[in-house]
Amino acid sequence: MKIMIGKIATAIALTMVATMPASAQNGQFVPVLSFRTGPYGGTGAPWANGVIDYYNLVNVRDGGINGVKLLIEECETGFATDKGVECYERLKGKGPTGAAFVNPISTGITYALTEKAPTDKIPIITMGYGRGDSKNGAVFTWNFPLLGTYWTAADIMIQHIAKELGGEANLTGKKISLLYHDSPFGKEPIPALEALSQRYGFTFTPIPVTHPGVEQKSQWLTIRQTRPDYVLLWGWGVMTGTAIKEAAAVGYPRQKMLGVWWSGAEQDVAPAGDDSKGYKALALQHGAGKAGVHHDIEKYVYAKDMGLAKPEDVGQVLYNRGVVNAMLGVEAIRKAQERFGQKPLTGEQVRWGLENLKLSQSRLKELGFDGVLRPIDVSCSDHEGAREARVQQWDGKNWTMISDWYSANQEITEPLVKANSEKYAADKKASPRDCSKVSSD
Amino acid sequence: MIFIGQLVEVLLGGLLAGVLYSLVAFGFVLIYKASRVFNFAQGAMVLLAGLALVRASNFLSSSGAPLWLATLLGLMFAGAIMVACAWLIERLVLRQLINQDGLTLFMATIGVTFIMEGASQLVFGSDVYPLRFYPTDSWFLFEGAFPGGVLVNKLDVWGGLIAGLLVALLAVFFSRTKAGRALRAVADDHAAAQSIGIPIGWIWFVVWSAAGLIALVAATVWGTKLGVQYSITFLALKALPVLIIGGFTSIPGAIIGGLIVGAGEKLAEVFLGPQIGGGIEYWFAYVVALFVLLVRPQGLFGERHIARI
Amino acid sequence: MLYRETGQFKSSYAEDIAIFPLYQDRVAIKLLLLAAFLLIPFLAKFQIWPLSTDYLLRAILIPFLVLSLAAIGVNVLVGYCGQVSLGSGAFMAIGAYCAYKFGTGIHLPAFWSEAGISIPPISPLLAILLGGAMSAVAGILFGIPSLRIKGLYLAVATLAAQFFFDWVFLRVKWFTNYTPSGSVNAPALSLFGYELSTSVDRYCLCLASVTLGAFCVKNLVRGNIGRQWMAIRDMDIAAELMGIRPYYAKLSAFAVSSFVIGISGALWGFAHLGSWEPLAFSIDRSLQLLFMVIIGGMGSIAGSFLGAGFILILPILLETVPSQFGLPVSTEVIAHLQSITFGGLICLLLIKEPRGFARLIALFRQKIRLWPFPH
Repeated sequence: MKIMIGKIATAIALTMVATMPASAQNGQFVPVLSFRTGPYGGTGAPWANGVIDYYNLVNVRDGGINGVKLLIEECETGFATDKGVECYERLKGKGPTGAAFVNPISTGITYALTEKAPTDKIPIITMGYGRGDSKNGAVFTWNFPLLGTYWTAADIMIQHIAKELGGEANLTGKKISLLYHDSPFGKEPIPALEALSQRYGFTFTPIPVTHPGVEQKSQWLTIRQTRPDYVLLWGWGVMTGTAIKEAAAVGYPRQKMLGVWWSGAEQDVAPAGDDSKGYKALALQHGAGKAGVHHDIEKYVYAKDMGLAKPEDVGQVLYNRGVVNAMLGVEAIRKAQERFGQKPLTGEQVRWGLENLKLSQSRLKELGFDGVLRPIDVSCSDHEGAREARVQQWDGKNWTMISDWYSANQEITEPLVKANSEKYAADKKASPRDCSKVSSD
Repeated sequence: MIFIGQLVEVLLGGLLAGVLYSLVAFGFVLIYKASRVFNFAQGAMVLLAGLALVRASNFLSSSGAPLWLATLLGLMFAGAIMVACAWLIERLVLRQLINQDGLTLFMATIGVTFIMEGASQLVFGSDVYPLRFYPTDSWFLFEGAFPGGVLVNKLDVWGGLIAGLLVALLAVFFSRTKAGRALRAVADDHAAAQSIGIPIGWIWFVVWSAAGLIALVAATVWGTKLGVQYSITFLALKALPVLIIGGFTSIPGAIIGGLIVGAGEKLAEVFLGPQIGGGIEYWFAYVVALFVLLVRPQGLFGERHIARI
Repeated sequence: MLYRETGQFKSSYAEDIAIFPLYQDRVAIKLLLLAAFLLIPFLAKFQIWPLSTDYLLRAILIPFLVLSLAAIGVNVLVGYCGQVSLGSGAFMAIGAYCAYKFGTGIHLPAFWSEAGISIPPISPLLAILLGGAMSAVAGILFGIPSLRIKGLYLAVATLAAQFFFDWVFLRVKWFTNYTPSGSVNAPALSLFGYELSTSVDRYCLCLASVTLGAFCVKNLVRGNIGRQWMAIRDMDIAAELMGIRPYYAKLSAFAVSSFVIGISGALWGFAHLGSWEPLAFSIDRSLQLLFMVIIGGMGSIAGSFLGAGFILILPILLETVPSQFGLPVSTEVIAHLQSITFGGLICLLLIKEPRGFARLIALFRQKIRLWPFPH
């Protein structure tokens, strides 16, 4: 009895301690919201490893960003919105100036944080996911869907299919199904694909898979019956691996399956083993493989035993995604430091840096991303910065690029972005910024 | 003709899938039949068994043992782990909760679920581990009669055969052996069974070990189907409608329930689903179970509960 | 010595049937309410420790209050009426989505007129209440099986409601106002023109709702209907023989429970998350609420609060403690250890005291009635 009370009292005391502000180390605090457990842990872990390895690289090799070290803290969200919000609340104020930016790595958490970030003045980087309409920086001042959203992904997928069929005219009359994870992540591309189907004349059938996606037999029996020409896969975590296995079980050719960039990693093709040969997925600019930056990571981080992943996993698709993600954040802070001084910056200042992030090919080469990324140019009206991608294919051992660079057709995506962001602004009763008046010096 | 072919295909696939669900449901039934405990941890037990098996056999085969030996030793290792787990659960949790009401025991098994999930992933890792126990491709039957043939998955058939074997074994065990009868006595009333000398602790240990071994068998089938990873624990949710329809205390009922659930849900998803948007599999099985309960509140084959005032 | 009830005489009916008959209890509860209503907003306003940052308010106190309200609702059904229900997440979802629809305006097509039925957006607080009402209607509907099915079978049957509503809110786009992704943004909360935008405002809203809700439910369970519920829980056949109509008792339990849970769901979406998707109210949420009720104590309002606090704060504690002690463990290991500790504590608690924290509190009160004497 007394022990119970004692335990409860200790627990309360510890919670109090936990909420005290962290001792003021001097540096730029960057929270890492990640998930290493749960149904999506297998794919979340490599991404988080890439992010933290790159931050450590910047600290060890360069001594921080112009001398300002990065303070890193990870928080497990389990891909759940309320845990993500709790992690965000706990970490947003840490460090001398608060969090520089936040990377929710989940569309659900992004939606929740989009409501909170403007009040807290912390930018949200949603590289390759998040709200499709957040490209419009005039309305979504604090969201940065760098490198592409699901609407640009949908357009690029159709472009590639058109190329395989020998031209856009050959899309008419074809059947394309979308096997998607029944969540905001999976439903996001549907408006874009519907617009594309109307434009090019193919039949579009969305097929949902209930979270977490281990049960797909009926969906694949349906696909066997309807015999679509292509199956687009919008899965994450266990759903993708199961989809490939079920496709093999019903005999649907894997070459006709095209996954989004979150459905194209080594962890997705491992469960099906040899059956995954021929499966294709989008590559969010980068693919698998090592570039200059990986040699640096191995030299400075892994040699000192600070690496988080297994050394043979350095260079995997999702690991690279994390590295790219971290690099963009770091460069944004560097840009912001040009204007606000070489010291720890607030989220508001980093937001300016993100909005004015411009990375040329030569700068990318300096950073060690030559051949991996193309130039990026973020501006007030364009929070995406770039909308290019390639297509890669799994040959049983490696992901290899099988296509050239595609650039998303803004004629398709722009009307959607405009309509949805204006609706959002109207709902919030907020008037959009005027981008022509936003200074960029 | 095409439609009949499709119907047969979905029906067969559904029936076989349902049998795979009942593989998981057997463990539930076994424990409920013997101790009136609804073991929420069955899904976690499948995970633990699968992880132990796959990690042990991978470790052994990468150290040079031939595949058949690594698999056999892996199975034995996983079996030993499940028995050890059963012993621990009986000792530390069940023994302290003798004669508590069902809800408390149910909550205790939820606690055990958390412990098992955390411990198994901590010790054996939380990646996706592929298993290759059975062939996973499919036969295409009757290609002459129906264009494209009727698809029958080999893994599903293997699962069905194994389930059938288990049913026979367990049915014999419960009705013919002394241990089986002792189990049923314990399920009826813990305190009474104890007072006439039935060693409850030992009985529970036997039952939970048996459920653990059934979980291992289920893990071999489902691990081959999905890969051994955390999401396998969601199978427990799929097995629940099977249990409701079949009755919590009936082994043959679990098979029948599985057949009904599997066929019903696949047919609904493929033929009814597109009309209303798809994704209805999960709740359809539960709604069917609900309607069965309204007609027969103890499930099709469950024991009728006589309430005394 | 301090907790003696000697010398406290009741001289009116009101005093006799008060919720807190002892003077010491009344003082304690008044202090607690004072602290909750006045002290915490004061500390938050002037950013005095421990409320120097928003964190405690936004991430701990507000979810604690909302989940306590939900736990009270679940307690009515599971603890007082004995109907085990695993569908509470679905009722939270119904409350949240219906409040959202009421708050953003409803347009229903009608076959008799072109324009259809159109209801303009209602003030968010009224919308939350109406969301609760819709949840109550759904609760009655899905409570009908309880007239025939009992115990564990009912628990699993309520999962039908859970999964069905999971699907409805994913598939029926009308509920999410046709957004492409299916996520909804709650409209801004406003009370008679005053915007409730800061965390302190939301905290006060949640606190007021919870206090009112707890008070109303406490009086319900002390009254006629509550005794009917408890009779059904203890021995439903005997109760029926005595003249208590089981359908009335059970369905009213479902109705009241779903109303409270629906309001808490709406508050969860409006006041805590701001933007949610159906996964926020999945079966994990239902199980979490059931834990809170069982660990806190079934059939006890105070127990709902204790259970909610325990379930909410324990995982956060388990995460922050290792980093406070500077142990360099990966978040994955922490998450697994958290799982093990959580399960272990549940088992320990159930072994030591199956009737939950509320029973421990009751034992504590018995002890201090006699203190410092042993008997």
